[in-house]
Amino acid sequence: MPKTVNKPIEQLTYEEAYGDLERIVAALEEGDQPLEEALALFERGQLLTKHCADLLAKAELKVQELSGETLEPYEEGE
Amino acid sequence: MEQMTLFDASPRWTVTTLTRHLRQLLEADASLQGVWVQGEISNLARPASGHLYFTLKDSGASLKCVMWRNEAARLRIPLKDGLAVEAHGSISLYEAGGQYQLYADTIHPLGEGALYQEFLRLKAVLEAEGLFDAVRKRPIPVSPRRIGVVTSPTGAALRDVLNTLRRRLPVVEVVIAPTPVQGDEAPQAIVAALRNLIRVAAPEVILLVRGGGSIEDLWAFNDERVVRAVVEAAVPVITGVGHETDFTLVDFAADMRAPTPTAAAELATQVTVQDLKANLDEIGRILVSETATLLQRCHEAAAWLDNRLRQASPVRRLQNERQRLDEMSRRWNAAQTHRLEIAAEKFRGMENRLQALSPLAVLKRGYAVITKNETVVTSVSQVRLEDALRVRVQDGEFNARVTGKG
Repeated sequence: MPKTVNKPIEQLTYEEAYGDLERIVAALEEGDQPLEEALALFERGQLLTKHCADLLAKAELKVQELSGETLEPYEEGE
Repeated sequence: MEQMTLFDASPRWTVTTLTRHLRQLLEADASLQGVWVQGEISNLARPASGHLYFTLKDSGASLKCVMWRNEAARLRIPLKDGLAVEAHGSISLYEAGGQYQLYADTIHPLGEGALYQEFLRLKAVLEAEGLFDAVRKRPIPVSPRRIGVVTSPTGAALRDVLNTLRRRLPVVEVVIAPTPVQGDEAPQAIVAALRNLIRVAAPEVILLVRGGGSIEDLWAFNDERVVRAVVEAAVPVITGVGHETDFTLVDFAADMRAPTPTAAAELATQVTVQDLKANLDEIGRILVSETATLLQRCHEAAAWLDNRLRQASPVRRLQNERQRLDEMSRRWNAAQTHRLEIAAEKFRGMENRLQALSPLAVLKRGYAVITKNETVVTSVSQVRLEDALRVRVQDGEFNARVTGKG
């Protein structure tokens, strides 16, 4: 069963959303839940899929530079 | 002992002026500027200033040498005592120390054959120690979330790595540990960058990369300290040093060797964003198909139940009852008609018989019924002369009087 039910989907990280998605698919493949619950799982699964796809589409490489003991944003094209 | 004359007119030098004069003599000699000198390094000193001090010597003489920090940083190989080199520079004089020396700007190892011999020697030593064993190599994570890069912050290698990561898996986080990758100080700096990166940023995999260059350019990656640091790293290391054909000792020690920095970035991202998208599409399809199957099953179950419900429905029983009723009523009607017909038949028989028994029928034959005071006269004795009688014939009645007796 999904672990993140209480969190709004837009706030999930890719890993959280994807993990949830995997659990939902597994649960649906088991197929032993009442129809209403199955449909709710399906609906959430679709939202999670879309959220993951959105995250992938707008992902930007996060680059940091080690400076002594701290990480600082890396400025490219210096 | 010779007596010095009191009024000797020859000029007097101070130590400083003499020394400066000598320096100017040396520097004025074009043949001493831009010389190449062959010899073996000894008494190598590396003070904190970063300048290098050493002596070049051969079997017959020795020459003091200095290499300023800026030039030392551009050294392609680490210097050490006993190394045979060719040094390029200018001869001048260090006035405070009163010694002439070579101000070196470039140092080459004397013949690359020697360098290759050194490479083979160190490789054999480290190999014998088991540092290159396959069993030491750790698996590279398939889908790392944080990738460390140890390289020069200004090199083309870093640009290649970042472009490759951006193209293949922009969801990862990259931490760069900047370090010089060539020159005398490079090995120690690489080791420090590697250790610091692991300690501070804890990446899941590290790329140790450098762009192409000559064998001297890549020499830091043959340094024993760098090799050991890679072996001891707590995180898997992928090397991408130089070009396809370049092999350094660090390559042998790494958990994975890539032919180029770009290839190293590719090996660190075995799962790409395209794979992730395809996987998501697949999950979306499974979601739809699983749910469609479930709905279909529910539909079928409902249809089956509906069918059973129809079978068991009272409507059907009502229809049955109605049909039975119709049949009953048909049968009843038929029986009834029959019964009526029989009754009618009986009735007609009775009527006939009644007809036959009726006294009227006798009257038709000419008989009459005579009554006296409502009593039927059937005997002579019942009447006297002049009695009024009533006579009934077939079609009516009339009165009569007795006028005589038999």
